[in-house]
Amino acid sequence: MKNFFRISFLIALFFGFQFNSNAAEKVEYLKTDWSFKGPFGKFDRAALQRGYQVYQEVCSSCHSMKYLSYRNLVEEGGPEFSVEQAKAIAASFEVKDGPNADGEMFMRPGRLSDKFVMPYENEKAAQAANGGAYPPDMTVLVKARGGGVDYIYSLLQGYEDPPAGVTLDDGVYYNKYMYGNKIKMSNQLSDGLVEYSDGTNASVEQMAKDVTTFLMWTAEPHLETRHKMGFKAIVYLIILTVLVYFSMKRIWSRIETKV
Amino acid sequence: MSEHEYTPKSKVGKWFNDRLPLLTLANHLTDYPTPKNLNYWWTFGGILTFCLITQIVTGLVLAMHYIAHADMAFQSVEHIMRDVNYGWLIRYIHANGASMFFLAVYIHIFRSLFYGSYKSPREVIWIIGIIIYLLMMAAAFLGYVLPWGQMSFWGATVITNLFSAIPLVGEGIVTWLWGGYSVDNPTLTRFFTLHYLIPFLILGLVVLHIWALHVPGNNNPIGIDIKKPSKDTVPFHPYIVIKDGFALLMFMIVFAFFVFYTPNILGHADNYIEANPLVTPAHIVPEWYLLPFYAILRSVPDKLLGVIAMLSAILILAALPWLDTSKIRSAVFRPLYKQFYWILVADVLILGYVGAMPAEGLYLLIARIATAYYFLHFLVILPVLGFKERTTPVPLSITEPILGGSPNLAAVKKKDSFKDQ
Repeated sequence: MKNFFRISFLIALFFGFQFNSNAAEKVEYLKTDWSFKGPFGKFDRAALQRGYQVYQEVCSSCHSMKYLSYRNLVEEGGPEFSVEQAKAIAASFEVKDGPNADGEMFMRPGRLSDKFVMPYENEKAAQAANGGAYPPDMTVLVKARGGGVDYIYSLLQGYEDPPAGVTLDDGVYYNKYMYGNKIKMSNQLSDGLVEYSDGTNASVEQMAKDVTTFLMWTAEPHLETRHKMGFKAIVYLIILTVLVYFSMKRIWSRIETKV
Repeated sequence: MSEHEYTPKSKVGKWFNDRLPLLTLANHLTDYPTPKNLNYWWTFGGILTFCLITQIVTGLVLAMHYIAHADMAFQSVEHIMRDVNYGWLIRYIHANGASMFFLAVYIHIFRSLFYGSYKSPREVIWIIGIIIYLLMMAAAFLGYVLPWGQMSFWGATVITNLFSAIPLVGEGIVTWLWGGYSVDNPTLTRFFTLHYLIPFLILGLVVLHIWALHVPGNNNPIGIDIKKPSKDTVPFHPYIVIKDGFALLMFMIVFAFFVFYTPNILGHADNYIEANPLVTPAHIVPEWYLLPFYAILRSVPDKLLGVIAMLSAILILAALPWLDTSKIRSAVFRPLYKQFYWILVADVLILGYVGAMPAEGLYLLIARIATAYYFLHFLVILPVLGFKERTTPVPLSITEPILGGSPNLAAVKKKDSFKDQ
């Protein structure tokens, strides 16, 4: 068994280096309790629904969500809106469809099977409307940023007046968590900006947490299944390993050498 | 395998075996005499076979859903992650499987280095292993390009650009590799084709690797030649099968932990940003398992020499059986080599670390020293050590290690046993 400690030590060493390398240029991000962290982590349904509301009312005017469909809002492990609610959400958007029998494109209300409607026709239009900066698609955004959810959560609350000596161009803002501190998105959240239907107080902190939770789900829609399956898989493997260990001991006991 | 006289018991079995001796092969594999003192470092061969098969099977499923097109690759990966049934599981197994594969192969290689498994008569096994390792790196690099994220695109750009260092024809070769004047759709489609091909080449080489192993038989922790079969050996089945199985399960627990709980920790966040030829990431870094070589590449100021240094760092391993002049295989009986071995391990880990850091200031200095030491180890320390080192007495057999014997005696004995084979 001594060898196993050596093996595990080596593994730890390898990945220790890896973690280290990822942690380069680390800023202390704001911390909060994420319900989805840890091996048993699950999404907070209410937070996902509130987060969707923040995304819809605040972010979606600039940020697309192109890999998400309205049907996803109903699916298990997500915000789990009722089918009626999701249909109503989808129907509130106009979707371009066609060509019809006359060869023309037409607008119709959205359906569950539609992808989330994009705020701009294309990337150029998005840039033109935002001073040259392209608001990134938000579907996998938390996985596309080194700090993940903590980074997004902090960034949303990281707006400050620039320190003395830092001059900002027009349309550029100071954010202490942004890489290089300069960001082209202005501060979006302010207390009471949205009115939560469940009566939760819409503080900046609350909205930042809710929308980040929502973004975690859009990036990892199968997170809950993954956690559940992982627990079962690892328990199964451990039981099997113990059984095989004793079988091995028994088989090797036929000869004198220790395993 | 000709030493085996095996006759199947059933008539049908005998009829078939006379025409295609598969049953003889199966019998050889189950009875294969294995040193009984193999420790757990020897279980990684089996683990690597498992890794290869896992990568091939999950890769086949992914290829059914993946679209190798610059405009659709990223989106098709998201489709796999979201809409394909258990697509996320298959993809995370495949992506983390690559890391697990390299973790296992590094342990396997460093086990060989410690116990001198590359030495006569196992040079061919070792060289085939180095070719497999090279192909693994190629497959991993090509595979990393396929999701068409930022790191895919820029990693592909950096690595293919290395060929431009070749004098005169370099630029032409790069254009030829790209299928155009930049990394673009033709690059992606050919990378996909090659990524699909290489695992099967590896599979073929693995068969040769194992075949070559079964000629002299396994090395063992005390590194002496053993008589086969004898009381020093056990049949492969059930003894080694169950032990390999146990170790594999332990490995799978670690594997499962990564897949289910931290599936993205070994990847780079930038690869979840779709490839954009107009935006260069702040730091372009390869996957962790290539970092030591990346550090060597960057530690040389000249591009061509850097590429040569990087390639030499890998190819020098193929010459190892001749660079290591010591007659004694196992580091257990080589007190000095043992120390240099651990220094080399530390050196490679340091190279990996600085490979992930920006190539400037102190990091660059450390990278240069570590690179120089890497070559010093293989080109100077190992050859000299074989002549200078005073080894400790080597036992004559596994079962009677106490009787001992002088290293010289063991060497004489070794020479004799080669003639028998």
